[in-house]
Amino acid sequence: MLPTTQPNPYGGTVTDSTAPRVPADTSDPKFAAYARPDRIVSTQWVADNLETPGVVIVESDEDVLLYESGHIPGAVKIDWHTELNDPVTRDYVDGEGFAQLMSAKGISRDDTLIVYGDKSNWWAAYAMWVFTLFGHDDVRLMDGGRQKWEAEGREYTREKPQPIPTEYPVVDRDDSQIRAFLPEVRDAIGDIPLIDVRSPEEYTGERTHMPAYPEEGALRGGHIPTAKSVPWAKAANDDGTFRSADELQKLYLDDLGLQADGDIIAYCRIGERSSHTWFVLEHLLGFDSVKNYDGSWTEWGNVVRVPIVTGAEAGEAPRA
Amino acid sequence: MTDQTNAPLPGGLQEIADDFAAAAQNELLEILLEFSDELPALPDRYADHPELLESVPECQSPIFVIAEVEPADDPKDGTVSLFFSAPPESPTTRGFAGILQEGLDGRTVGEVLAVPADFPLRLSLTKAVSPLRLNGMSGMLTRIQRQVVEKSGQQA
Repeated sequence: MLPTTQPNPYGGTVTDSTAPRVPADTSDPKFAAYARPDRIVSTQWVADNLETPGVVIVESDEDVLLYESGHIPGAVKIDWHTELNDPVTRDYVDGEGFAQLMSAKGISRDDTLIVYGDKSNWWAAYAMWVFTLFGHDDVRLMDGGRQKWEAEGREYTREKPQPIPTEYPVVDRDDSQIRAFLPEVRDAIGDIPLIDVRSPEEYTGERTHMPAYPEEGALRGGHIPTAKSVPWAKAANDDGTFRSADELQKLYLDDLGLQADGDIIAYCRIGERSSHTWFVLEHLLGFDSVKNYDGSWTEWGNVVRVPIVTGAEAGEAPRA
Repeated sequence: MTDQTNAPLPGGLQEIADDFAAAAQNELLEILLEFSDELPALPDRYADHPELLESVPECQSPIFVIAEVEPADDPKDGTVSLFFSAPPESPTTRGFAGILQEGLDGRTVGEVLAVPADFPLRLSLTKAVSPLRLNGMSGMLTRIQRQVVEKSGQQA
């Protein structure tokens, strides 16, 4: 039986919700408290579902060689730099490029993707966010990523799967729902909450790049006026897993005063750490409208005459 | 300013560059992984004193490097030894270190200082790794050359 299709809030189409889905991981009470418990799975769930039909494990890392050095058996690799980004324009691949990539990885449109990676799942969340731009319906993160899988002494292999190419449909990328561009961010100042998830030193303008990271070329330091500082790591535990729903609610709703039913734009340096926060707000807390400004500081910090605030205060919207 | 018109790379680096250039696109990361796997461990005198090594903040993961120079009558003929420390969870950085170690360890001061700054871009790795990530290798090379200048008295 061919699954019927229906419109997807992020564009494209998804399989009908009556079609059989890979069940959610219900083993962890922490997951059950999240707004979308079907968006996250445990390492144990992954270990139990390596052979499950319709499940594709995807590794996405900052380090381009980490997958080759050893990965979860059967996992395919997707590299943000060489595969998700357009090689010329600063943008993501288009619908055709995405369909080719998915096909080459052996991924079908109705497959359940389990994404994991290094750095507390920054790049896994980034990959999930890009998959969502193309309306791939069922994408989940493995809580804790590589760090937890390794800490538990689980198996890695260097053997690469040989995916059978699929007929992945060409779906237009929909940038209108979860992606923000500079003009929209500039208009949002003073109207829509902005959150800056970089380190405190980057927020104040003491430095233009991450501590211990290379200078990636922002001419000015500081933050977008009115943006509140919430470093991404506040949403993560030391073992790379996400904090509990209670902790996240306290952080973003009680302490920061964000509204789950309003618009929010998150940014960082190039959009990877803010993808982590996007995942937390969108799926773990179930906010209605969260956008990731992927141009982030490497765009804002170089643009002529955009307003910037330095120091620890959020600052005010410039007078029109 | 095409790379092909440049003089051959010094030390063992040209041979490494030739190997990468001859490899298929899908083999490039496998070769880099071999360099990562084969990066020698630190000798005890440095393993016990990691503070003697210099960090390379241009890399996205922790990497430390130290160059030793065995003097010769002519400073440019001194022999350079290179030692690196990088964790296994940073295989790309280890691979870059492995390339520099294999290409330059045991070579002369003159050879090490003659490595052009754009060397990382001449490894045919730009597409497989991305230029941004290759910046890390430039950072290592810069620090090695500065240490060699300081320790040999030879000008760059």
